[in-house]
Amino acid sequence: MVYVVIVFLWTAILLYILLGGADFGAGIMELFTSKKNRHRTRKNMYEAIGPVWEANHMWLIIVIVILFVGFPKIYTTVSVYLHIPLVCMLLGIIARGTAFVFRNYDAVKDGMQKVYTPIFVVSSVVTPFFLGIIAASSVSGQIDLQAADFVSAYIFSWLNWFSLSVGLFTVTICAYLATIFIIGETTHPDDRALFIRKARRVIFVVMGAGALVFMAAYAENIPLMDWIFSDYPGVIALVLATISLVLTFIELNKGHAIILRFFAGFQVSMILFAATYSHFPDIVLLKGGENLSLLTHQGQYKTIASLGWALLIGSVFILPALFYLIYSFRTKKSEQHD
Amino acid sequence: MEDFLAARLQMAFSLGFHIVFSCIGMVMPFFMCTAHYFWLKKKDPVYLDVTKAWSKGVAIFFATGAVSGTVLSFELGLLWPRFMEHAGPIFGMPFSLEGTAFFIEAIALGFYLYGWNKFHPWFHWLTGVIVGVSGLLSGILVVAANAWMNSPAGFDFIDGQYLNIDPVKAMFNDAWFSQALHMCIAAFVSTGFAVAGVHALMILKGKNVLFHRKAFQIAAIFATIAACLQPISGDISAKDVAGRQPAKLAAMEAHFHTEKGAPLIIGGIPDVENKTVKYAIKIPKALSFMATGDFNGEVKGLDSIPVEDHPPVAITHYAFQLMVGLGMLMLGLALIYFYALIKKKHWLDSKWLLRLFVVATPMGYIALEAGWTVTEVGRQPWIIHGVMRTADAVTPMPGIAYSFYLFTAVYISLAVIVSVLLYRQITMVGKLYDSSSQTKNS
Repeated sequence: MVYVVIVFLWTAILLYILLGGADFGAGIMELFTSKKNRHRTRKNMYEAIGPVWEANHMWLIIVIVILFVGFPKIYTTVSVYLHIPLVCMLLGIIARGTAFVFRNYDAVKDGMQKVYTPIFVVSSVVTPFFLGIIAASSVSGQIDLQAADFVSAYIFSWLNWFSLSVGLFTVTICAYLATIFIIGETTHPDDRALFIRKARRVIFVVMGAGALVFMAAYAENIPLMDWIFSDYPGVIALVLATISLVLTFIELNKGHAIILRFFAGFQVSMILFAATYSHFPDIVLLKGGENLSLLTHQGQYKTIASLGWALLIGSVFILPALFYLIYSFRTKKSEQHD
Repeated sequence: MEDFLAARLQMAFSLGFHIVFSCIGMVMPFFMCTAHYFWLKKKDPVYLDVTKAWSKGVAIFFATGAVSGTVLSFELGLLWPRFMEHAGPIFGMPFSLEGTAFFIEAIALGFYLYGWNKFHPWFHWLTGVIVGVSGLLSGILVVAANAWMNSPAGFDFIDGQYLNIDPVKAMFNDAWFSQALHMCIAAFVSTGFAVAGVHALMILKGKNVLFHRKAFQIAAIFATIAACLQPISGDISAKDVAGRQPAKLAAMEAHFHTEKGAPLIIGGIPDVENKTVKYAIKIPKALSFMATGDFNGEVKGLDSIPVEDHPPVAITHYAFQLMVGLGMLMLGLALIYFYALIKKKHWLDSKWLLRLFVVATPMGYIALEAGWTVTEVGRQPWIIHGVMRTADAVTPMPGIAYSFYLFTAVYISLAVIVSVLLYRQITMVGKLYDSSSQTKNS
């Protein structure tokens, strides 16, 4: 049963990166859009994201619940030693969620909009940045359970070049997902051309940030190369991701939206796979070589069994409803445009 | 500020904030669906206007409640890692089910808010009902987890080890039903009176009277039913607490000495050092009756409990008095309204009745926070009653005071913004929602 739980954990992380990530990306793209096009960008983005907006962020809650129920030692270690980036991420989540709703539901559209929008945009960058930092810090081996002073226990556990570069990389991935997603949502040819241009640029930024991650890993003595290139699945995942990135780039102009989205989603899945496969079942690497493993640090049998059943039963309810939600707003939208 | 105190205050603040938003998010959908139902049945457009106006409220509160709930799921680990390390696997069952219920709620809300004129009207209505039902279910599940902290079950605590974990038994602990029932009814009481009070104020101001009258009526009827049910659930809770957490009951009542035929103490200032309560009204034998069902039953006092296990008496006592007092006032108003509905129809148009409802607007929420204080402060010094002390659960990270200041500032600003938004929604009713006044104006 523990494997069922692990599959759910991994899938929930992936879906949060893909769906929540595209959602963060919408805010990030707003920051990198000229004033002239900002209105158009926003309109396209929110028509697409509105109905599924709340649901996209539920995946994070699922991840957290799986961790604290099934793998409490892992949850609490991360909570204690990565307290500061977690708080930064939470502030981002609070600011972003509320600013988004406030700007849509303020009955008077006045100067307050000028307050909501910057908060929304900045927190759209901050939140995935710290998410990336947290993810990188859990594997960068800097969490030191024996640390004696505040700085080495609670600051250097996450503040290093590798974590920062992964944070940046996560932000670019979100922007990438959003632009690819939005191409399929545009109805006007001008808008489409605009987002295709954007997507091209974002692809280069993603590759640059990816290169930065490898350089930072090298500088911090983190064996990222070994993790990815030491066994076949990692290598294959990376090669497939690269091929599909090239294909995306070629297909951008005439490609069908669904294919582009599939490619983008596939790349992100492969990156996550390559990043997690080689340590599995470890998910938190500690200083001094000791690691927290999903298998040895799992909860007692009955806990894992009931968690697994709760997830299985939950997904029977959630997944069809979620698909129907996405499907029906898609078809309703095209009906309206016809 | 001491880290332990800062952590407790931050948790109290976060929950105190979340509880208001989640209760509104839990109950408003039911009001919304009721108005929607009348629209579909009677085709009176005022009901449609009310439905749409309320759905904006639901969206604002759902999002704020969802965000503050997400924060809480992290704060449990950020502030109380030693607690979560042991409790997570035991009381996690309701949380994992709550994840599902919450997810369903978010999906249904997507259908509801964006689904106007896109689906079959009754299917659309049904998605609104699902929002309400799954919200209520989430509430029940989360309270079941809290109940486990008061009434730990589903594990054996042997030599500091948590063995033979049974998450299902933990979820259906002894306190889950009485606590969840009391909380759900409280959510209806407080939201009902708050919504009714706001609409009553607008009627008194003479703005969009037709619109506000329909809205007022729906909220007031929900509030009335809930306020009449609450004393019954309160009685179940009191007997429950008396049996399981005598220290909590003793603190609630500032009941220092174990005695038979114990009096019910109303109000007063507890003096912990001299173990007396000054200036209180005492009803002979009433506490014994409430706690045990027998006028001469024995009620354990604080003297039967070791001093190191005493909860803070004054806070618990005042909070309990405040909750019960406000509950009684709201019950009184509910009975007057009920009487007006069946016997004195002309009272319904009178200003004094509406004014009473305006006065009652914040009462439910004050009572809700007070009740929450009773159950949480009354459980101290334990985080898991009789098993783990709160002081042993706190994070080793120093400097929590700064985190407390930060989150307090965030929550206060959010509360201010949400209030402004609501104020704007309410004052804009004429322009945005009330179709009858629009035709008049144009």
